[in-house]
Amino acid sequence: MYSKDGENYFIVDAHIALWDARPENQRNVHGKQFIDCFYDYHRNLSPEEELWTYEEYLYQGGERLMKDLFEDGYVDHAIFQPAYLGEFYRNGFGQTKEAYELAAANPDKLTYNHCFDPRDGERGLDRLRADHEKMKFTGVKLYTAEWHGESRGYKLSDPWAFRYFEECRKLGIKNIHVHKGPTIRPLDRDSFDVSDVDHVASDFTDLNFIVEHVGLPRLEDFCWIATQEPNVYGGLAVAMPFMHTRPRYFAQIIGELIYWIGEDRIFFSSDYALWTPRWLVERFVDFQIPEDMTEYAPITTDQKKKILGLNAAKMYGIPVPAGLQLPDADETATGPRQPERADIAGAA
Amino acid sequence: MTAALVEHTVRSVAVQAVRRALDAVLDPELDEPITDLGFVRSIEVAGAAPGAEVTVHLRLPTSFCSPNFAYLMASDSKDAISALPGVGTVVVELDDHHDSALINAGLAADAGYRGTFGHEAEDSLDELRLMFRRKAHTAAMERCLTELLRADPALTEANVGTVLLGDLPAGRTKDALVRRRMALGLPTAPAAVVLVDHDGIPYPAEHVPVALRRARSTRISIDGNAHFCRGLLRTRYEGSGADQADRPEGAEPADHHHQLPFTVKENHP
Repeated sequence: MYSKDGENYFIVDAHIALWDARPENQRNVHGKQFIDCFYDYHRNLSPEEELWTYEEYLYQGGERLMKDLFEDGYVDHAIFQPAYLGEFYRNGFGQTKEAYELAAANPDKLTYNHCFDPRDGERGLDRLRADHEKMKFTGVKLYTAEWHGESRGYKLSDPWAFRYFEECRKLGIKNIHVHKGPTIRPLDRDSFDVSDVDHVASDFTDLNFIVEHVGLPRLEDFCWIATQEPNVYGGLAVAMPFMHTRPRYFAQIIGELIYWIGEDRIFFSSDYALWTPRWLVERFVDFQIPEDMTEYAPITTDQKKKILGLNAAKMYGIPVPAGLQLPDADETATGPRQPERADIAGAA
Repeated sequence: MTAALVEHTVRSVAVQAVRRALDAVLDPELDEPITDLGFVRSIEVAGAAPGAEVTVHLRLPTSFCSPNFAYLMASDSKDAISALPGVGTVVVELDDHHDSALINAGLAADAGYRGTFGHEAEDSLDELRLMFRRKAHTAAMERCLTELLRADPALTEANVGTVLLGDLPAGRTKDALVRRRMALGLPTAPAAVVLVDHDGIPYPAEHVPVALRRARSTRISIDGNAHFCRGLLRTRYEGSGADQADRPEGAEPADHHHQLPFTVKENHP
């Protein structure tokens, strides 16, 4: 819980990881390239006082995670979204076993989401059923740029992916978190293309599709797809820290999201351990759209409360303290939300 | 006769001439020259015309930048330098990318896109280039109209659909739009409507506000990506900021914040 100026904010960190990128776990040079890329994101977007050393960045462990999130970071509940990356790391990047056990030991604080790869075919489906039997997760994280033997990516609209979504439906796995990353076959297309989300969201209207990083670097394509599909959501992982070095860009991201998908479908996350939640929560509560950007209405305290936790709590059934709940906005389920609030001329 | 003339006039190939040739190579996604982005790491010229050997190293903001774009920039670079008078052999190498080995081998063998990527390539990258040229046009269009909206309180979003090129004030923003229209083969006469789709068709009045808003999200995205890519390159390669040209569109005061202390990453062989 974060409190400021008499307001209480229930915090759900909707995208966290417990990773191991230490050299002994790196399978090849790509394991190093991958964590180095993350570390450059961290160095580029963090305030100096929040900077971690490279050693710290390689591996945190459960104890440090609990402290960073729940003692120091105001977080009430956090959701693991593991990336496997078995081609880069011997024991995988996201430590699924360790994360699952940590969540099992702290069920009031942590939710464990699992991951699967549709290219594992029938065997992978068997494993998904067995894993679900044991771990009972309601969400999965999919990284479409995952390398897999000769293949370096898949689309959510691939036939095997459909088989897996049908299985999710049967098992009661409702929340599909998607990270669109580079390198996808065929290379002829835009590798960050989000149009496959459109297909599956239309075909599986009873599942929720949460596009992580709000589709960055394809914010425009994400907004256009998400505004047409009532079951597509946007996760702010990686977008949040732009508040620090690029606050005007961040204001535009938030302004566009509120316009295209509305205040009820945006999720806060620190993307731990890329960043820690404390400074992100503090700064977001203080954040405001710059006055000269009259194309966006100012962001309200209630909108911040929803984004910081209430929206994800609702999707995952996480109990929210009495008195902190807010009603949904009275808005259309598709198409621009309250466009008159976001008109340069209208606001002038 | 022609060969003799070339031999007579071009005795060496200047590094500057190579750099100017590379000005014509664009990052297809950001629609900016790779020289402005700081992606050219080094240029070396050995020997003399007509057989000068040019070696260029390219660098990108991350190891995981899209391999298709990486290939396009490297291959366009090789083509641009090969066309210079006096150049005999050209070696273009992409450094520190997850696909460096594959791309560099493909370039050395002039294997082309499909020859380089094998089973991962299907047809060609022309469609992809076109998609981003269209996005660059969309963003340029929005910049012009939003500037106009801010300057003229009487103009409403619903009415921007009838604004003509001739109504736009002269300057950098309009020049950029005209350039992008020419790249797509769209008319550039003063009587041409500004807010048009990729084929140059204006929008019906009721679709104008959403078309403008959609264009806005495109502009925000491109500006954001262009600055984040620049920032990541500066973080990854110390001193590379000196090779980058300023980009006023979407710039923010803290873009050139000092680079945070660097703790050594090379902790194992």
